[in-house]
Amino acid sequence: MNPAEVVKKIKEQFPEEVLWFVCFRDECSIVVKKEKIKEILSYLKNAPGLEFDYLVDLSAVDYLGFRECRFDVVYHLMSIKYRHRIRVKALVPEQQCFIDSVTDLWATANWFERECFDMFGIEFKGHPDLRRILMPEDWNGFPLRKDYPVRSNLGDKEWETYKELKESAKAWKENAEAS
Amino acid sequence: MQKLVKKIKELTVNMGPQHPATHGVLRLVLELEGEVIKKCIPYIGYLHRGVEKLSEDLTYVQSLPLTDRMDYLSSMVNNVGFCIAVEKLIGIQVPERAKFIRTMMAEMARICSHLVWIATHALDIGAMTVFLYAMRDREYLLELFEMVTGARLTVSYPRVGGVRCDVNNEFLDKLYKFTDEFPKKVEEYETLIDRNRVWLKRTKGVGVITAKDAINWGLTGPTLRGSGVYYDVRKFFPYDAYDKVDFEVPLGKNGDIYDRYKCRMLEFRQSNRIIRQCIEKLPEGPILAENALRIRMPESPLKIDKRDIVFEIYTEDKQIQEFIQKFTEVYASVEAPRGELGYYIVCDSSSKPYRMRVRAPSFVHAGVLPKLCEGSLVADVIANIGSIDIVLGECDR
Repeated sequence: MNPAEVVKKIKEQFPEEVLWFVCFRDECSIVVKKEKIKEILSYLKNAPGLEFDYLVDLSAVDYLGFRECRFDVVYHLMSIKYRHRIRVKALVPEQQCFIDSVTDLWATANWFERECFDMFGIEFKGHPDLRRILMPEDWNGFPLRKDYPVRSNLGDKEWETYKELKESAKAWKENAEAS
Repeated sequence: MQKLVKKIKELTVNMGPQHPATHGVLRLVLELEGEVIKKCIPYIGYLHRGVEKLSEDLTYVQSLPLTDRMDYLSSMVNNVGFCIAVEKLIGIQVPERAKFIRTMMAEMARICSHLVWIATHALDIGAMTVFLYAMRDREYLLELFEMVTGARLTVSYPRVGGVRCDVNNEFLDKLYKFTDEFPKKVEEYETLIDRNRVWLKRTKGVGVITAKDAINWGLTGPTLRGSGVYYDVRKFFPYDAYDKVDFEVPLGKNGDIYDRYKCRMLEFRQSNRIIRQCIEKLPEGPILAENALRIRMPESPLKIDKRDIVFEIYTEDKQIQEFIQKFTEVYASVEAPRGELGYYIVCDSSSKPYRMRVRAPSFVHAGVLPKLCEGSLVADVIANIGSIDIVLGECDR
């Protein structure tokens, strides 16, 4: 099934939810509201003829300053049986920075969602174990947000644990030199 | 007897971050009851270098060397994947010769990576000889890489629109000689391992993943195909010259460690076959697309080839239309030795990627570790980690 037909099917099923969609180089992305994301994805996974049984990727994009709704949560789906792909994007505003978790549908979403939370601070409601995954647990801020600097002297904002470590190393060195 | 039973205590064991069998900096917290694992929690992130964030600050071409450092055992495939994504974004046609060279190089990288895998995996389970043999054969390929690219591990050889430099006859001759001898060497490994009783006991029926679970957990590559699911990016969505060469996709049956091992062993032979065909069919011609040097990235990808672009927008909101015209996005994936390596690039019509997301197979595979380990014995953890073949540099990015 080509992506345009998939889009048509979803539009019939969820006329209220689909906001717009874009096709670029044979790839279609459907942009939906976040409220019913779980139902939409569950429909895509189970509906005959679609059967997107494979969650390829889950990530987010930060559109700070370009759009009212700040974040996109992006789902890449694929069907092994029919060999087609589709991209679903859910809009998540900054004030209500949460979306439903899809770990019940695909177990692989577990780590993807944790990473997304770690990097963007988007909460996934219903996730069994939402912790930081790549950054240390006491880290401040969300690195992949656009207002997080790429390179800068953090100064006071430096990671607490690292500061402690540096101080203890310094004290150890002084002790070693004294003795 | 009852006294003995009472003595079994629950115990929490930290495995890693630097354990010789974790193949990188991975920490596993194991909750044991006797020798059975009750709970396994993986901790990653020790190698997190923020490749995705860094590439937002670099131009497309500058981001290329960063992709080397992710999966350092098969950097060629990472480069190819990145180049394909950018080519798709700006719409460059790659010349035939470059396509064949890339395919050939990617398969060489696959063999190199699988050789390291068989070496370390066998070493973990207790076979030293295979390690030495595999490293010896890998050396030959690394020297060939050095001959063309000047580097052994971090090659940065493909370019957006082709490859950096042409291959010469000496290289092709040596590679052809390699393809002659390599199947015999694979047989050599197999005689050492295949019917080894220790190997069979450690791998048969251990770490089983059913086909349904494998899809649910998002596994790719030989780890998925070991469970008998037919999915290979090279066959499903052919890129480069993969639609012009013959090869088969080996499948497993039971989804245990032995089947995953067998899948990779069969892939050796298929990769060898692809390289051979590439050398035989290698066409003459340019190695870099004509417009590749002229394309200045700051231009909007929409301006470059408006004629053949398929760009449809279904909305009447003017603001959103403008927004969509500013931001374009592509997802391109390649079959890396570990599985599907995908690049999702969002472009904001400037010289730097607005967002580059890497779908790393190792990251997904590391997530399945708790499922594999829980309920099995401590010794099987090591076999399990080896069998899913993770590289922590790619896992953490």
